[in-house]
Order: sequence, then structure tokens, then C-alpha cells
Amino acid sequence: TSMTGYQEILTDPSYQGQIVVMTEPHIGNVGANKGDMESRKVFAEGFVAREASQVASNWRSEETLQQFLISRKIPAIDQIDTRSLTKHLRDSGVMRGVLSTVDFDVDRLLSKIRGSREMEGSDLVKEVTCSKPYDWEDPEWTLSPSLDKKKVQQKVIVMDFGLKQNILRCLSSRGCGVTVVPAKTSAKEILDLNPDGIMLTNGPGDPAAVTYAIQTIRDLLRLPLDQGKKSIPLFGICLGHQLLGLALGAKTYKLKFGHRGCNHPVKDLTTGKIEITTQNHGFCVDLDSLPAKDVEITHVNLNDGTLEGMRHRRLPAFSVQYHPESSGGPHDSRYLFDRFISQIQEYQKKKN
Amino acid sequence: MPKRKDIQKILIIGSGPIVIGQACEFDYSGTQAVKALRAEGYKVVLINSNPATIMTDPELADATYVEPLTPEFVEKVIEKEKPDAILPTLGGQTALNLAVALSESGVLKKHNVELIGAKLDAIQKAEDRKLFKQTMIEAGLEVPKSGIAYNIQEAEEITKDIGFPLIIRPSFTLGGSGSAIVYTKDEFYEKAIAALESSPIGEVLIEESVLGWKEFELEVMRDCADNCVIICSIENFDPMGVHTGDSITVAPIQTLTDKEYQVLRDQSFKCIRAIGVETGGSNIQFAMDPKTGRVVLIEMNPRVSRSSALASKATGFPIAKIAAKLAVGFRLDEISNDITQKTPACFEPSIDYTVVKVPRFAFEKFTQSDQTLNSQMKSVGEVMAIGRTFKEALQKAMRGLEIGRDGLGGDGKKIKTSLDFKMKDENSPEYQTVLNQVKQRLKIPNCDRIFNIKNALQMGYSVKELSEFTSIDPWFIQQIKEILDIGSEIRSGKFPLSKELMRKAKQNGFSDRQIAYFTGKNELEIRNSRKKLGILPTYKVVDTCAGEFPALTPYFYSTYEEEDEGDVSNDAKIVILGGGPNRIGQGIEFDYCCVHAVMALHEIGYKTIMVNCNPETVSTDYDISDRLYFEPLTFEDVMNVIDKEKPEGVIVQFGGQTPLNLTIPLSEAGVKILGTSPSSIDASEDREKFGKILKELKITHPEYGSACTVQEAKKVAGEIGFPLMVRPSYVLGGRNMRIVYDEKMLESYVSDAIESQSNGVKKSRLESDHPILIDRFLNSAKEVDVDALSDGETVFIGGIMEHIEEAGIHSGDSACMLPPQTLSKEEIKTIEEVTEKLAIKLKVKGLLNIQFAIQSKKVYILEVNPRASRTTPFVSKATGIPLAKIAAKIQAGLSLKDLINQYPKMKTYAAEGLPYIAVKEAVLPWTKFPGTDVLLSPEMRSTGEVMGIDENFGLAFYKSQIGAGTKVPESGAILFTLKDGDKEKALPIAKALEAKGFKLLATEGTHKFFESRGLTVKQVKKVSEGRPHVVDFIKNQEIQLVVNTPSSTQTAQSDGFEVRAAAIRFHIPMITTLSALEAFKESIEALTKSKTPLKVQSLQDYYSESTVRRP
Ligand SMILES: Nc1ncnc2c1ncn2[C@@H]1O[C@H](COP(=O)(O)OP(=O)(O)O)[C@@H](O)[C@H]1O
Ligand SMILES: Nc1ncnc2c1ncn2[C@@H]1O[C@H](COP(=O)(O)OP(=O)(O)O)[C@@H](O)[C@H]1O
Ligand SMILES: [Mg+2]
Ligand SMILES: [Mg+2]
Repeated sequence: TSMTGYQEILTDPSYQGQIVVMTEPHIGNVGANKGDMESRKVFAEGFVAREASQVASNWRSEETLQQFLISRKIPAIDQIDTRSLTKHLRDSGVMRGVLSTVDFDVDRLLSKIRGSREMEGSDLVKEVTCSKPYDWEDPEWTLSPSLDKKKVQQKVIVMDFGLKQNILRCLSSRGCGVTVVPAKTSAKEILDLNPDGIMLTNGPGDPAAVTYAIQTIRDLLRLPLDQGKKSIPLFGICLGHQLLGLALGAKTYKLKFGHRGCNHPVKDLTTGKIEITTQNHGFCVDLDSLPAKDVEITHVNLNDGTLEGMRHRRLPAFSVQYHPESSGGPHDSRYLFDRFISQIQEYQKKKN
Repeated sequence: MPKRKDIQKILIIGSGPIVIGQACEFDYSGTQAVKALRAEGYKVVLINSNPATIMTDPELADATYVEPLTPEFVEKVIEKEKPDAILPTLGGQTALNLAVALSESGVLKKHNVELIGAKLDAIQKAEDRKLFKQTMIEAGLEVPKSGIAYNIQEAEEITKDIGFPLIIRPSFTLGGSGSAIVYTKDEFYEKAIAALESSPIGEVLIEESVLGWKEFELEVMRDCADNCVIICSIENFDPMGVHTGDSITVAPIQTLTDKEYQVLRDQSFKCIRAIGVETGGSNIQFAMDPKTGRVVLIEMNPRVSRSSALASKATGFPIAKIAAKLAVGFRLDEISNDITQKTPACFEPSIDYTVVKVPRFAFEKFTQSDQTLNSQMKSVGEVMAIGRTFKEALQKAMRGLEIGRDGLGGDGKKIKTSLDFKMKDENSPEYQTVLNQVKQRLKIPNCDRIFNIKNALQMGYSVKELSEFTSIDPWFIQQIKEILDIGSEIRSGKFPLSKELMRKAKQNGFSDRQIAYFTGKNELEIRNSRKKLGILPTYKVVDTCAGEFPALTPYFYSTYEEEDEGDVSNDAKIVILGGGPNRIGQGIEFDYCCVHAVMALHEIGYKTIMVNCNPETVSTDYDISDRLYFEPLTFEDVMNVIDKEKPEGVIVQFGGQTPLNLTIPLSEAGVKILGTSPSSIDASEDREKFGKILKELKITHPEYGSACTVQEAKKVAGEIGFPLMVRPSYVLGGRNMRIVYDEKMLESYVSDAIESQSNGVKKSRLESDHPILIDRFLNSAKEVDVDALSDGETVFIGGIMEHIEEAGIHSGDSACMLPPQTLSKEEIKTIEEVTEKLAIKLKVKGLLNIQFAIQSKKVYILEVNPRASRTTPFVSKATGIPLAKIAAKIQAGLSLKDLINQYPKMKTYAAEGLPYIAVKEAVLPWTKFPGTDVLLSPEMRSTGEVMGIDENFGLAFYKSQIGAGTKVPESGAILFTLKDGDKEKALPIAKALEAKGFKLLATEGTHKFFESRGLTVKQVKKVSEGRPHVVDFIKNQEIQLVVNTPSSTQTAQSDGFEVRAAAIRFHIPMITTLSALEAFKESIEALTKSKTPLKVQSLQDYYSESTVRRP
């Protein structure tokens, strides 16, 4: 239900394996540009809109959306009653689908759908994570970019479960030296890089299926303590949040109505303030399964009361279900990166 | 934080009369606020001088004051009611200004009243442009560069910094007048000097121009815990330089990437925090350079605004209601979203359709004024349309405007300013000249610009070129082009259209009438063939959440999609047709009547369905009727709703002329029209049929005739005799009505009419179904308006209103009093008898309005309107009898006799009349249309009205003048410049005023006459006689009141023109008729006679006052 930011959505790895339907009828008005990429490519499998614009009109635009999608071989259709489709998905839950512009035989298409894979139980992370580590320097987009680079103050290792690049930009704008590592990197390998903070990113699919990552997170929390060192600050976003939950012993489940769009109100219980958040998740950490002695609830969704954020009572680990790096979407939750940075600074002080 | 318990009583300030820039949207917001606060258990006191509002209905607030909106009167209300708090953010600029004045003068402190919603310093920071800029810069936000100058040297210095073009805005002028866009240095000196002169404090703001940039608006809400959300984003189709109120606007924003949109969102929050609006809604306007994305803040309104009304209707989020709750301490997360009822109000609506607003102008009534659209708002109303796409919504809006268009083109209509050039041929020698002409036309925005763009596209200009000429985003022009392409496709398709093409046409907003025009068929043929193809509209819900949650609101719009969401119930239901966009002659009064009809039908157990397309109104609030269809009021759109809902009947009496005009087509389509029968409606509107009835009933009327040629007209004139009243047939609001005094005037009137009807083709006669109507003009006649109720058997006279101005000045522009003061018993009796006879004869079921003129004691009938009238709410407010409600019940089948028993007030009123007097005064938009002569005529030009109510005529009239914004002088100098015929009659009044201590001034002729009759009068030079002349006196505030009665001959009129223009420009009260002068004198006498100071009294108290009529 986001009204802006279709390019960011298309290139969000969390949409791996999914067909995306936009509720805003006019799509493509502003074309596409390099700055609005959230990853190296389009991850959505298909794209459905009410009306695709024939022209691109915006000073930042480099090509039309059609050109953008065609050159990447992403099937897209328009002139669809997207509202009716949305209501169908709302009432029956997210489902598998097929998109065809050549074959209109319903039975054949249905059998294609039945042959496609289910989201529940699939590890999609391995399909989207990077193949080898890399460093990141670009800052967040602003209208008038400042020319001088920010000095690197702290080193953050980012576990790539299917990351949105804006997470990296947000870190880098706050003075972090960022290194991204593949999802299967072990805790030891990460700790050997000597990080000041660890970021668990968003990503696609069922968290429970990403068992190796859950193990890695458990190790990341435990190993420094075992070695008599201070715990390294850890910040989880979306899938990263779910994985942290699982690592801490909670359970996850599939939501009947997944949360999508960028208008979900979330309350920060630590301050009482409400933020409008960008969301994109079909699974959720079960509130009741949280081990209360270790974990404190920090954020809840005001629409349906589901868990939106938590923190460890003793360790510097916290996470949110939504997207504080929101791109697209409102910037209300950027403060979480600042919280992360202050934990890191605390850690840096104690470490030495 | 739950609601505040330390306050119990809240005063809400309304926005007063409808003026350009401040219309019914504040009735909508005020009504929502009153209801919301009372529902929370607060006592609500309301003050508003506008009787035609729902908010001033006596059952809405605990105490309702229809009193002038000035600090003095508000203070009186405060003294009497002792409220704990004032909520000033729902009554437009008027309420904010009052709050500032009362705060600064210490009145609030004295009475221990708190401002809620916005505090004094927040209002000041937002309203004072200097402070605003400073605050924004401190908050790190960019505003257009600017400087303040007090003399020409300083001004020049500032230009060095800013460069050209630039904008000069004199400070503290009325309605922002005198601001100018300056392109060159030469122009600059002239304009800067003029601006410095026109500012009362000699201050001008010189501002960087961002003309041609994109303009955006965001609607923000904030609660006391500093939670902020954006309710709606709006993009202006027209670029910077065209006031947002005059721009076509679109929601949501269409041409920004998410990153840019978030910049606006972040800046909006910074802005509302920096200004310090603690709770409620604010509107923030931005300009963006389309080439670089650079953003500057233009303005912030720390209150609900016209745009918030639009945003509420566009998203389904009730901004005013929520703002009221936030003001008493609720937080956004403590209020639930009405539409989903499951989720809280602290979210940002997502919409899955496109909303287009198109303004409606009234330049045809102000032909002498410059018609360029600029930074001062000039439109008088607007329509909103909802479609899935921009193209669909735009076309729906164009046909909803009721300007005779069926959409964007496709109706065979030409516009006067249309570009009539040949297809461009780049090799032809004229190419460059043509190009330049086209460019000029498109560069200077006017109200026909969208049609000009359409024509230019058809001439072969590219989207890119047109975007360059107009600074309108190419995306929008591309949409227009796509509409035209589909139009051509339909044109080349054969009738009947293929299913695919028909669907495509409908999905893109083409009306049946447009398709009929393209295929050479009529509307019904298209409708039938469309139905045969199975292409029917689908109705979708406006749900604030783009389908994410189930919605409970019955708020619909039509489109052509697969799924229809409007399940229809089998309850007994009635459709009420609204009034469409506000225009001069048809405004809030009709919306008031529609809303009352809905309420009345609810009372007697019907479900109601409202169809309307005016986003400013209360009737389009989704919790007024059981179902709201936000649709244009055309036969096609209304019929579609009726086909779907299958109501018991349709009510056409309340929305003014708009629904009334649909009576015949609807009833021919088999729809049951409730109330007065279509044939009676026709009989009262059709001259010939009506003439017959008058003859039969022996009712006196001015002799009349009609003519299609100059010869015919002269012949009729010969029979009737001059002066004559002439008009085109079928008009509302006195459009193009003239009083002609001689044959020459008659001749030119008729030939003009023929020319304008012939669309460029040479003709010598009018089409015979559209002749010119000619009446004998009743000179020096009193005019009387009557509103009555009838069920065809019984008749109840709701009010007999005696006009203050004579017949010949449109009833909508004249002041009137209820009850009448100078009519004789016989005259009243005749009026009552005629009204009864006509109501019975026409078998009126519901309301009936009749206008009479009384000349030499003889009562003539001028016209009958078989519907609710502009004065229905005034009469209802004055008497406490809800005429529109009762009329609706009659239309639903109840008998008037029974109803009279149910409303005891009707009996006492009929028997005893009123123990007080109510005066209605019209408010005119002269300041917005400089260049137009400030004269009242049979052509209606007022935009709104106020009511003054008190124990005698003088005081009630005084209040009505103050309420209308006139600074009624109680002492000082009065300038007389009178036409010959008036001098004698003015003499006793002038004498009386002199006796009250006024100094008298006069121009030559008047001076001579007055002196010869023994008055001491100072002579003042006319403009042509050298300085210091009368305009200098006005400018220097040496005159407190101008009395100028213009002579009927054109030449003498021009003498007074400058005097009148100056009076308007310098805000000096002016009287242009003797009857108004007489009324002024009476109010001065009443003021000095009454021993106690002026009092205020609530409607509730007036109604319960003993109903014994004073002698
Ligand atoms: N600096 C400017 N350059 C060009 N146009 C401007 C500028 N400032 C205002 N305008 C135009 O004038 C209109 C009215 O100005 P605004 O400050 O919003 O006053 P108002 O109080 O009447 O809304 C705007 O909608 C915009 O189109
Ligand atoms: N024959 C007449 N003599 C004098 N004044 C007239 C006459 N006919 C109309 N008028 C004046 O013109 C005004 C408008 O005419 P009316 O017929 O009421 O048109 P509308 O339909 O616009 O209300 C009236 O209010 C009245 O003042
Ligand atoms: Mg403005
Ligand atoms: Mg009239």
C-alpha cells in the first residue's frame, strides 16, 4: 500500500520469489534511477499495477519503468483491478500466484501454481545473500550531498540475509566502516574481523528455515562472554529480528495478514512515542513465546498488537520487525541507528 | 493522555460569511468539531455570523451566537458564557485573527480563557511572514530569499541579492492585494513605489520568485505527545504562481520519487514543531525546482484549511474531528479510525485511487477585471472527483463543474479564449508568429488553460513544448494527451462501439455524452448500448487504507473495474441530490438544505443516499447520510446510482438549480421525483406556462415578452415601454440580466446576445428556444422574498422578507429584514394570498420561494422557484422553524397539518410573529476583482451572507453591517455624491446624520443642492477637478463613509467609478443606494437611543423568549 517507492520495493531482496501488487494506481510516473536501487537487481518475480505510466517525469529519472523492467526481464502487467486483487489477498492471505501474458488456460496455470514452492519452510536467504564479503562507503541520499566524507569511527559487520542497501547507507552516514558478509559466515569468522557492532539484516522467507544463521547468532551472543570479553552490540532488522528471536528461544509463525506498506503505526514502549513505519514481513515472532527473563518488549504494532521490537535485558542486543532504514517510507525510525551507534560507543569505551 | 478534565466549556469561533478563499469548508470543520467535543461531554459555545451554516443549527451547540465576528462581539460572548477555552483553529483565517486580537488585547487573560489547538506565539510565527521566515531558517529549512523594505532605496538594495523576477508583497493590505510579480528593473520602480504606498505601514516584502516551480501541499497532524502524521499529500497541476485555491490539484502526489517525498515529509514535521502548533492539523505548502529538486517552504497554515477539507474527503480521514479531539488532550493512538474501527487514528492514510480537484471561477460576472490567475485566489468553488486514474478523475471533475462541459473535450464546445490556429507547419512563414502566440496564451494562466492545452495538443504541439510553455509537469500533459488519443479512437470507431473500446472509454472517464458526440448519437443511445455490452460502473469504497483492512464506511465512488463493492440493502431509501460546486448564486445555503433533508428523513425512518461532488460541504461528510456517493451531478452519474440503489424516490428540491435541472430527464427515465411534480416544476420555470397560470389566478405581474431579433425586441419594448429588464432565458443568479433604459441599450444587448450564441458564425437571430426575455422594469419598487411550505393542500408561510434595496438589485445581493417593517397590512395580505394560491395551484410539495415587487402599493410577482431557496436557512435560523426538514418530511408523504402539530413553534410564529428582528446582509467579493465597478445590479455577485439579530431594526441592521465586515462609523465625516433624482430624498437623511454629529462633505452638484437647502457641507473636488480631490480624502482616511448613488446613464457612472474603487481599496464603508442610507441612519439612531450597550444573545434564548410581539 505504499504510494511511492516502487523501485525500492522491486529491488528489495525480501521480495525474492514474490509477485508484487501495488495498490497505488499510477506506477512508473517517475521512472527509475540508480540512486533508488536497494540492491544490485530486481528481486520481485513479477509486478502488477493498475496503470503503468508511458512516460517518466522526474529530474532524477534515468529510464522509464518499462525500460527498467524489460532490460531486467521482469514480467509486469497493468490494467488490472488491483483493489479487487488486494482485497482477495487480504481475505484469503498471501498465496502463490502465476502471471501470464501468453497462456490464458486456467487449468494449466493452476497446475503451474500448484507446482511452485511454498514460502513456509523455505530458506530463501541462501539465494539472495552475497557470495563474498565486501566493504560499503556510500552515505544516505540527501538533496544536497556534502562533499566531505565522514570519518570512520566504528566498524560494523553486516550479515547479509538479503539486505536493503539503505541499511548500509544509514550506517555509513553515521560514521560506520561497513563490511558485509554472506549469511553463512560463522560467528568465529565474524569475531575475527574484530567488529564494534553487528547488524542482522532483513531478508526473504521463513526464518525458521535459516537454521545456520540462528546458530551463528547464538554463537555471536555467547562466544565473547565465554572468552570473558564484553558482548558486541547487535542490531536486527526484520528477518534479522526474527532470527534473533529464534536464537533467544522464541518461536515464529506466519501471519494471516502479512504487514506491507509504509503506514503502520508502531509504539516505542520505552519512550511512548509513535512512529510510522515501513513494513514487509509475512512471519512474526510470537509475543507469548519470548523468554521474559531475558527479553524485554520494546515496540508493538498499534494496528494488531503484534511484536515489533525487543531487546535483551542484559546484553547489548536489540531488534525491530520493521524497517528503520525505510527506503521507501517515512524516516521516523532512524533513531534506532543512533541507538545502535551509542551502544557501539559504549562498547568501544568498555572494550579498552 | 486522556482528555482534559480542567476545562468544561469551549468556545468555537466560526469563519463568518462565505468569501473567496473561505467557504463552506469551515462549516464542515466547525460542525465536526462541535459534534466531537459535545460527544466528549464538553459544553460548546459557538459564534458565527453566517446563518446558512449547519454549525449554527440550534441543536448542535449548547449555545449558538449568530453575532458579528469582531473582537468586541466575541468578548461580549466570552463575558456572558465564561468559557474555559477557545478553539480557534477550525474557523479559518477569521477565527485565528480573532484569537490573536483577543489574546494581544488581554481579553483572554482578563477572563481567564485559554487558547487550545494553537497558542498565540505559534499563530504569530505562522501568520507573520517575517517571523515565519526567520523561524524556518532557524529550523534549518529553506524559504524563498527575501527582504523587508520601508523605502525605495532599501527595496533596491534587496533586489541586488535576489535578482529578477521577484515578488513584491505590501504588508497588511486587505486579502493580500497589491502584490505583484516583477520581471524587470523598470517595472520594479513603478511596482515598488505603488506597493510601498498601498501598505498602511509602508512596508513591503520583496521575495525571490519561484514561478514555474512545482507546488505541493502536505496535511500534517500533531498531538500533544509530539506524534506527527501526514494525512494527505497534494500536488498542484498548476505551477507556482497560481494560487493553490485556483489550481487543479491531485492527491496523492504523482511526480515525486519516494526520496523526494520523504524530504517534504521530514520538513513538514520540522516546520510544525518549529512553529509550535501543539495539537491539530496544519497545512504546509512547498515549492520544488523541477530541475534540481531544491525545496523551499512557502507557507504554513496553523489550522484546518480548504486543503484539509479536501484531504479529509480525499482520504476519508476526518481531520477536523480528530483535530478537535487532539485539542482537548487526546493522543492520536487513543482515537480510533472511524473507517476501520479496529485501527487507531495515528497512521497515514494510503489511497488506491486518484483524486482531482478543479476550481470553478466566476469571471463572467466580473468582465472588467483582469482574468489572469496569480497569487491571489479568485475561484468561487470547486469540485472533487475520484477515479482510479488521473484521467478518469479529471474527466469526472470537468463534467461535475457544471460549466456546460461533458468532460475534457468531446462536447463540441469552444471556449472564448480558445486558440484557433492552423495545424502547425514548421515550413510556413507564419509558424514563428503562431508559435509565439500559442506560447503567450499558455504562459499566462487563465481559467480555461486546460482547454487551451488540449487545443494546442490537437494542433500538434508536443507534450514537451507545452510543458515548457506552461511549466506544468509533462506527466500531466501526457495524461491529457492520452485522453485525446482515446477520444480520437472513439471518434474513428463505429457505433456501436466494441466492448473493449467502450470499456476503455469508460475507464478513462469519458461520459456517455462525450461518446455520443464522437459517434453522432444521443446520450440515451450510448447508455443503452453500453448497458447491452454489460459495461456498468462498479462502486469502490474510500477506506483510508487501500484495501488493507475491511472498511465500515459507506463512502463510494464509481469507476469501471471488475469488482463492485457496494452491496445494496433492501431498506426504504431516498436519494438526495446535492448542489455541486459552489458558485455565485448557489452556495452553502443549498448544502444546508440538503443536510437538513437527510436529517429529517432519518427522523422518520428512511435510509438516505447523498450524491454530491463538492468537497467543501457538510453533505459530503460520510457520516451525514447512510450512503455517500461522491459523484458528479449529471444525468448519467446520478442515473447510475439510481439504477444500482433502486430508491423509493429522488429529492431534487434542495440542491438549488443543479438537481432541479435533472428533474425532467430523470422523470422521463422513469425515476420517481418526490415532492412537487416535474410538470409543476416545469410550469413554474417555463415562461409561457407560468404566464398562463398567473392569468388564470389573476395574479399581477410585470408585462413581458420575448424576442429573438433586434426588431422583435424593439417591438416588445414599444408595447411595454422603457425601462425594461432583459435577460437570456434559463438563468440563475441573474446571469447577464440588465436594466435597459433606451432603444440603443436594448439594441446592443440583443446583438451581443446573438453574437455570443452564434459561436463565431454570422447570425442575425437567436435560436427560438433561447429567446431574450423582456419585462417591464419596476422602477422604485420594494422587493419582497417569500419562503413557504406546502403539501398541495395546506400552505405555511415561513417568512416574508422585505428587501432593503429596491427591485433591480438581485435578491441575493440585497439586504433584507424579517419580519418586514414597512409593508402595509394589505400588501402582506396580498402576498400571503398569492403565495397560497400559487402553492395550491402548482400542488407544491415541499418548499416554494416567490419574489415580489411592490410598486405604488401594487404587488407584482417577479418569479417563483419551486424549490428551497437561498433564504431558506436564513428564515429557519431567524424563526427557529426548520423549513427544509419539514419540507423533506412533506416530500416523504407526511401532511403539513400533522407536521404543524409536531412543530409547536410553527403555530406560535404564525399567530404572533417574532419579538425580534433579523437582517440578512450580502457580502461581495469586490476586492478580489479590481477594475470591476462596485455597483449592485440584477446580476448577482455576492458570495455569502451574514445575519444580524436584535430587538429592533436599527440594531439588527447595525450588527449585519459589522458582521459583513463594514466598519460602520458612529462619528466622523460622510461624503455624499448623489445622482440628481436622489438628492431631494437624501436631504432629510443627511440632516438627521448631521444632527447626530457627522460632518458632511459633498461633490459639486450635491454640495450645491445641500447648501441651498440650508445644510453646512464642505465641498470636495472630483478627480477631474484637480487635487486634493475626493480620492485623496479617502486615501487619507479623512472620510469615514462614502455615499454614492450612481446615475443610470453610462457616462455619469464613470465619474463615480474612481470614488467607488478608492473606497474599496482603502476599506472605507460605502453605500450605493438611498434605502441602505436610510437603514444606516436608523441604526445610528438606534445605537444612540439604546441606553444599554449592545448585547449578544444566543439563538436558543431568542427562541425561548416570550413570543409576544411588541407593538
Ligand atoms: N516566491 C514565490 N514565487 C512564486 N509564486 C509564489 C511565491 N510565493 C507564493 N507564490 C504563489 O502564490 C500563492 C499564494 O501564496 P501563499 O503564500 O500560499 O498565500 P495564501 O495565504 O494566499 O495561501 C501560492 O499558492 C503560490 O502559487
Ligand atoms: N420586472 C422587474 N422589475 C424590477 N426588478 C426586477 C424585475 N425582474 C427582476 N428584477 C430584479 O432582478 C433580480 C433577479 O431576477 P430574478 O427573476 O429573481 O432572477 P433569478 O432567477 O436570478 O433570481 C430580482 O431579485 C429583482 O431585484
Ligand atoms: Mg497558500
Ligand atoms: Mg430571484
